[in-house]
Amino acid sequence: MATDVSIAPPLSIRRARRKPRPTPLEYGRKRWLQIVVAFNFLFLYFPIFSLIAFSFNNSKRNVTWQGFTLDFYNQAFHNQGLQEAFARSIIIALCSTAVSTVIGALLGLALYRYRFPFKGPFEGLLYLPIVIPEICMAMAMRSFFGRLGVPLGLVTITISHIAFSFPFVAVVVRSRMSGFDESLEEASRDLGASPAQTFFNVTPPYMTPGIVAGALLAFTLSLDDFVITFFTSGPGSTTFPVKIYSMVRQSVTPEVNAASTVLIALTLTVTVIAMWIQSRSGGKSIAS
Amino acid sequence: MKNGRTIISIRNICKHFGSSVMAVDNANFEIAEGEFFALLGPSGCGKTTLLRMLAGFENPTDGEIVIDGQVMEGVDPDKRPVNMVFQSYAVFPHMSVERNVGYGLRVTGVPADETKRRVKEALELVKMERFAERMPSQLSGGQRQRVALARALVKRPKVLLLDEPLSALDAKLREAMQLELVRLQQSVGITFVIVTHDQDEALSMANRIAVMESGRVRQIAPPAELYEFPNCRFVADFIGKMNLFEGKVAGVSGNQIVVESNGLGRIAVPYSGSAHGAVGIAVRPEKIRLDRTQPAPDRVGLRGRVIELAYYGDESNVFLENETGVTVGVNVANDARKTEAAFSIGDELWLSWNPADTLVLTE
Repeated sequence: MATDVSIAPPLSIRRARRKPRPTPLEYGRKRWLQIVVAFNFLFLYFPIFSLIAFSFNNSKRNVTWQGFTLDFYNQAFHNQGLQEAFARSIIIALCSTAVSTVIGALLGLALYRYRFPFKGPFEGLLYLPIVIPEICMAMAMRSFFGRLGVPLGLVTITISHIAFSFPFVAVVVRSRMSGFDESLEEASRDLGASPAQTFFNVTPPYMTPGIVAGALLAFTLSLDDFVITFFTSGPGSTTFPVKIYSMVRQSVTPEVNAASTVLIALTLTVTVIAMWIQSRSGGKSIAS
Repeated sequence: MKNGRTIISIRNICKHFGSSVMAVDNANFEIAEGEFFALLGPSGCGKTTLLRMLAGFENPTDGEIVIDGQVMEGVDPDKRPVNMVFQSYAVFPHMSVERNVGYGLRVTGVPADETKRRVKEALELVKMERFAERMPSQLSGGQRQRVALARALVKRPKVLLLDEPLSALDAKLREAMQLELVRLQQSVGITFVIVTHDQDEALSMANRIAVMESGRVRQIAPPAELYEFPNCRFVADFIGKMNLFEGKVAGVSGNQIVVESNGLGRIAVPYSGSAHGAVGIAVRPEKIRLDRTQPAPDRVGLRGRVIELAYYGDESNVFLENETGVTVGVNVANDARKTEAAFSIGDELWLSWNPADTLVLTE
């Protein structure tokens, strides 16, 4: 097959094999930008990865790598204070998620659908819990409960969590509804459905991805909140993040790393599910 | 038109939005059972508002709508014997094709086995039976439209309302769907009322067309009558291409009137009505012939110089200007296979048309 070897590929094929130079807008292929991005990722994620790595470190002190172990996970799981705090956090997160999802979804729908007096200022106020520093909200909540004479505890924490998470749900649901085709509701009425049938058959299925994403967001916000929880918690209502903080005040042990890693894994899972649901529904709504 | 029985009466219908916008201004006409009726007009003329009043999504400010002998005032959309195909199709994105089509039967309590049978029939009618399990996101625009059609027809409405149903389709598909809609309408025998801004669509599909302009119905007529005998300058200009000149009546002799136009001189036109003062005279570009020699004296003749040519494949548009600066467009059918144009810019030619092809427009 000597003849085959001697035949050079046509010019067009040889050209295609060489990578063309980046076009002016292909920033992703520019070396300097790749380096900047790499540094950014390093800066953001190195602390987290080292925290996770050292949770497996077989050493009481978090300084040098001594070998792989799961002892600290075992220790963390058997730490009764940590266990109780974790259970409390989950209960608070579930309660506040349930309530803030309902309030937020209804609010998001109302903001999308109705025009009412002072809607602009109302919307501005709605975003307040999202934009104001957490410490201000925490202080406000604490003095509010203090003035009312409500004893601080699980109830006050849950109420505070609802207060700061339902606007997030409302914002997500509202943005989802902005892509809603109102002729769907008209079509439903036209086909013989009553207003109630129309509302339950057409609107919620469209809202659902927004509601789920908002709920998962509310769940993670509640689960890892520290500042507001710290200010509105009372004796015997220590949550998981607050417990970790109190453990760290003594010393950063791999046990804390292990507990934090569990929390990271949990919030990450929930967030990924939320994003997946949103992207899936997003693709669908574009196509419809 | 099976028997000419009136299915829709629109009586003195007015619709105001706010205090200043008059969307529909005193519409007054009837639609017969089995008709394919088109509401045609430029955007903002009120045609969609009128259709939405038939469906029950808008309430008339004034007047009365009667559908199938029943006054529609206070009747909700779900209680009307009409169904609509929406411009956006409004196919429910979270339901399969089958569930979409069956929706209107399920919500009204039609038994499951009957629903299943009727859905199957409706899907066969629009040739979508193979796609019953698909989700709308897996369908093309044309297929989604078929689903919307089946979903409305499965309800066996007295009247099917179609709001710009073909506007989202590309040109080839639109043409095919035009023919298919007509076939479908003939096979189901239901009255179709279609809203469109596309005159070709209206002319090719409808039995009768109502032309609307800024809220008012200007003319209601079958397609050919609308094209050949428009009753006003707006309709003459809106439907097809038209050469429109202004003039005034200079004299009447028998069943002819003589119109004096400042660009064209005196033209004698057969006309039976009464006309005086300012009138419009109009002639379709395809009714005009171009010659290099002087035409017969019984034709209306003009001299002109070619100033512009536009080639469209099947025909060419030639624009000529006479010595007074009046421009006339002429359609020349390209009925022989050749690439060189019959005329070129600067040619001095004779235009001529049969006086009977001249329209006199008093409005």
